[in-house]
Amino acid sequence: MSVVAEFIDRAEREGLIEVAYAEMDSPFGPLLLAATESGLVRVAFDGEVHDEVLGDLAGEISPRVLELPGRLDDARRQLDRYFEGRLRDFSLPLDWQLSHGFRRKVLRATARVPYGATSTYSDMAAEAGSPRAYRAAGTALATNPIPIVVPCHRILRSGGVIGNYGGGPEMKEKLLHLEGAI
Amino acid sequence: MTALPPFQELLDRHQGDVLGFLISAVGPQEAEECFQETFLAALRAYPEAEDRNLRSWLMTIAHHKAIDHHRARGRAPIPVEELPELVAASPNGSDPGLWQAVSALPPKQRTSVALRFAADMPYREIGKALDCSADAARRNVHEGLKRLRRELA
Repeated sequence: MSVVAEFIDRAEREGLIEVAYAEMDSPFGPLLLAATESGLVRVAFDGEVHDEVLGDLAGEISPRVLELPGRLDDARRQLDRYFEGRLRDFSLPLDWQLSHGFRRKVLRATARVPYGATSTYSDMAAEAGSPRAYRAAGTALATNPIPIVVPCHRILRSGGVIGNYGGGPEMKEKLLHLEGAI
Repeated sequence: MTALPPFQELLDRHQGDVLGFLISAVGPQEAEECFQETFLAALRAYPEAEDRNLRSWLMTIAHHKAIDHHRARGRAPIPVEELPELVAASPNGSDPGLWQAVSALPPKQRTSVALRFAADMPYREIGKALDCSADAARRNVHEGLKRLRRELA
């Protein structure tokens, strides 16, 4: 084991790694995954600057951020199978700490929209307890820290318009195709 | 206070300097253990780190680990058979005689010379790491080099 690998191993055993991260390849370019001890906390698209995302995690959660692919093995495997169309439901512990209040409620409601189905911003606003706050629901979805796993791509504008997506509208469309929703 | 960068950044950026310094300070075999202890201690203390100059902060910890190590072992000189490895690992891959002579310097001079040449640190940072002034650091390096020249002449 290299001297650095051994350090990371010891740090993990001592519980000193508060944010572990790994990159993975996907049909949509490299994704960055980050997890705390409680679960998956962040998924970043190829279009995001991964170094900036890590800097934000250091500021918002803890600067004890280290690359530790082992902690993301399960998430990577499930995402791989999802992209291959062989997995419908993720079973991963999630850490919701990066979203708060109404936004978190919207995202939790989003997490309940099943594979192959779609919903709307207004529905999510209603589920979160404020039927008229569809704009705020849109903001919540636009700032989803755990996209794909929390399937904000399943939420469309009323009238079935695909709408925006962090990974680009094209990716949203492809994911919905993959799921057989459109 | 500016936000601290992800610890991984410190590791990526400074692992070479820390290892280079520790190899000159405690020898190649013990350097790895000191390296682990240095970065573990740094990671434990990291959220409270305020020093804007994180490299000096890290080198101070490495320096203390090297001192602890010497205290524990009673400053044994580096055995000759380890030298080829040490030279391979030394940043400029210079001649074995030089590194043997460096390891035989008094601790302050050895550490200062190692920080100056293995970690390429400016005197101001060496001073910070060793808790002395930049001038004192410069003097230690100067004295160390003078002694090396004498030994190697």
